[in-house]
Amino acid sequence: MSASGTVDQSVAAEAHQNSIASKSPFQLAIARFQRDRVAKFALGIITFYVLVALFAPVICAVLGISPYRLDGDALNDFGLPKGSFGGISGEHWLGVEPGTGRDLLARLMYGARVSLFVGFMATIVTTAIGIVVGVISGYKRGKIDAVIGRFTDLTLAFPSLLLIIALTRPITQRLESFGIPEGNPARIAYIILISAVFGWVYVARIVRGQTLSLREREFVEAARASGAGTWRIVFKELMPNLWASVIVTVTLSMPGYVATESTLSFLGLGMLPPTASWGAMLGDSVRYYRADPTYLFIPGIALIVLVLAFNIVGDAVRDALDPKADRQNIA
Amino acid sequence: MFLFITRRLFFALLLLFAVSVVTYLLFSALPVDPAALTCGKNCKPELIAANRVRLGYDKPLVEQYWLFLKGIFVGRDYGMGQAAFSCPAPSLGYSFSQHECVTTLIGKTFPVTAFLSIGAFILWMFIGVGSGAIAALNKGKWQDRLANAFTAIGVSLPTFYVGLLVLFSVVIWLGILPFPHYESPLEDPVKFLNAMILPWITLAVLSAASYTRLTRNGMLEAMNEDFVRLGVAKGLTRRVVLRKYVMRSAMVPIVTIAGLDFAALLGGAIITESVFSLPGMGKLSIRAVVESDLPVLVGTTMVAAVFIVLANVIVDISYGFLDPRVREK
Repeated sequence: MSASGTVDQSVAAEAHQNSIASKSPFQLAIARFQRDRVAKFALGIITFYVLVALFAPVICAVLGISPYRLDGDALNDFGLPKGSFGGISGEHWLGVEPGTGRDLLARLMYGARVSLFVGFMATIVTTAIGIVVGVISGYKRGKIDAVIGRFTDLTLAFPSLLLIIALTRPITQRLESFGIPEGNPARIAYIILISAVFGWVYVARIVRGQTLSLREREFVEAARASGAGTWRIVFKELMPNLWASVIVTVTLSMPGYVATESTLSFLGLGMLPPTASWGAMLGDSVRYYRADPTYLFIPGIALIVLVLAFNIVGDAVRDALDPKADRQNIA
Repeated sequence: MFLFITRRLFFALLLLFAVSVVTYLLFSALPVDPAALTCGKNCKPELIAANRVRLGYDKPLVEQYWLFLKGIFVGRDYGMGQAAFSCPAPSLGYSFSQHECVTTLIGKTFPVTAFLSIGAFILWMFIGVGSGAIAALNKGKWQDRLANAFTAIGVSLPTFYVGLLVLFSVVIWLGILPFPHYESPLEDPVKFLNAMILPWITLAVLSAASYTRLTRNGMLEAMNEDFVRLGVAKGLTRRVVLRKYVMRSAMVPIVTIAGLDFAALLGGAIITESVFSLPGMGKLSIRAVVESDLPVLVGTTMVAAVFIVLANVIVDISYGFLDPRVREK
C-alpha cells in the first residue's frame, strides 16, 4: 500500500527506493506473463501473423508476387507445379498452386486476412453476447436467469455442425437479400453470425457462474450500500473481475472459429475462388494429395503454428491471472 | 431421488418438444419446395402437385407439424388407394430423394455411427486420461510440455484435415493398410476393422486432447486438496492415494464431459464419416443437405438432440453416485 499521510516524506521516499512499491493485480499478472519466455515468443508469433495479414498487399508488392496472377510457366503439361516440393523456387518461395500456378506465399498471406478476420470477428461477437447475457443472468437471477437458462439448454441440444452446414445456403441467400454484398462478404457474415448463435452459450455459462459468486462479495455489497447503480456495479465492480476468465475463453476459442471457416470451405460452402483463405487452401490442397503433397502441408502448418501460439498464450494468461500463483518469486 | 429423476425427465421431454418445434420451423422456412424434389428434372407439374398432396406439403405449417408429431407416436400413412404407403411408429417422415421412411434410413445408418462412436470413445479415454495423468505426474517436465503441444494441436485442427492426413499417411504414403471400405462386422470382420481403425484414430486424436488437459488440471488440483493430504498422512501408499483419492476426484468432471461428447458423436460424426466414406448417420445428414432432403434433416437433427438431452439427464443423475460431496447435499 502507498505511504499514509502520517509518514514523513523522506521516510516514504526511502521506502520507495527500497522498492516496496505496491503492484496492482494486473501489474502482477503482467510481471508473471513476462517471466514466461515461451508465452512471449508465442505472442510474438501472433503479432507477426497479424502484421503480415494487415500488410499483405505491401509485402506482396515488395516481393513482386500476387495471389491472383496465373503463372503457366511454373506448371508442367499436367497442370502440376514444375520442380520438386510443389514448385518451390526463388520466384515462388512456397511453390505454386496446382492448376493455376498462383503463388502460394501470396495466397497464404492474403488467406490470413480472411481467416484471422473471421476468427477475430466471430470471437468478438460471441464473447460480447456471452458477457452481456451471462452478467444479466447471474446478476439479476430469478425469472430472467431461468428464461436464459432454458435458452441455453435449447441451444446446446442442437447438433451445431449439422445445422451450420444445412443452413449455409439459405441464410447466406437471405443475408444477400438484406443488402450484404453477394459472394464472400455474405459468406463471411454467415460464419460470424452462426458461430455467435451457437457459441455465446459457452461464454455466457462461464460469465454467469463468476457473476453469481462475485455479486455476493463484500466489495459489491459495499458499492451497493454506498448507492451505486446497477450499471456502475456491473461495469466498475463486476467487469474488472470477469476479464480473467473471459480472456482465457477468447484465446482458447479463437482457433476453433478459424477451423469452422476451413471446414465450410472444405465442404465447398466457404470462400469462393479466387479469394484465398486458409480453409479454402486446406480444402483445395487435399485434392492434390498424391501429386503435390507439399501443398497439403503449407496451409496446415500455418494454421497449426497459429493455433499452438494461441493456446500457449491462453494458458499463460490463465496462469498469470491466477491469484493462487506464487507471489514471492516476482522481482 | 426418484422425484429428482422424474422432474429431470419431464424437463428433458419439454426441451425435446421445443427442439422439434424449432427444427421443424427452421427447415420449413428454407427456400426449397419439397414436392418438386420428389422426382427428377423432367417432372410434370401434375405429378409434383400430386406428390405435394400425398406427402402433406399442401397443408398449413401448423398442421404439417402436428402430423409430424403424431407420426412419431402412431406412425404415418401417405396417400390413398393403390399408391398408399405408411411409415410405422416412430415415424419421422418420408425421404423423397431416397424413397424410404426416415426411421428406416436412420435405423440402417445408426449402427455404423454407433460402432464408430464406441470404438473412438474407448480409444480417446485411454489416450486422453493416460497422457493427462502422465503430464500431471511430471508437471513442468518434457512429458508435460509434449502433452500440452498435443492438446493444442488436437483441440483446434479441423477434423477433415486430421482425418485426411491420417488416411494419406497410413494408406497412401506408407501403404500399411488397404483403402478402407466399410463392411458390416457380421459379414466381414476384417474389412470392418480396416474401415474403422483410421476413423477411430482420427476421432481419438482430436477428442483425447481436451481430456488430456482436463485430467492433468483435475489431478493437479486434487493433489492440493486436504483429503489427499489426509490420505498421505494416514500412511497410505502413493499408489493408493493416486488411484483412490486423486483420480477419483479428477474423474468427476471428465465423466460429465465424456457423456456429452459421446452423445454428440452418436448423432453422427459428419466430417469423419464423410472423409472415410462410412455409411453412418453423419453421411446420411450430409447427403440430405446436398439433396435438400428436409424430412431426413429434421429426423437426424431430432435423433441427435435426443442423444444430447438424454446424456445430460444421465450425467446429472450420475453426479450423485460419483461425487460423495454432492450426495450428502
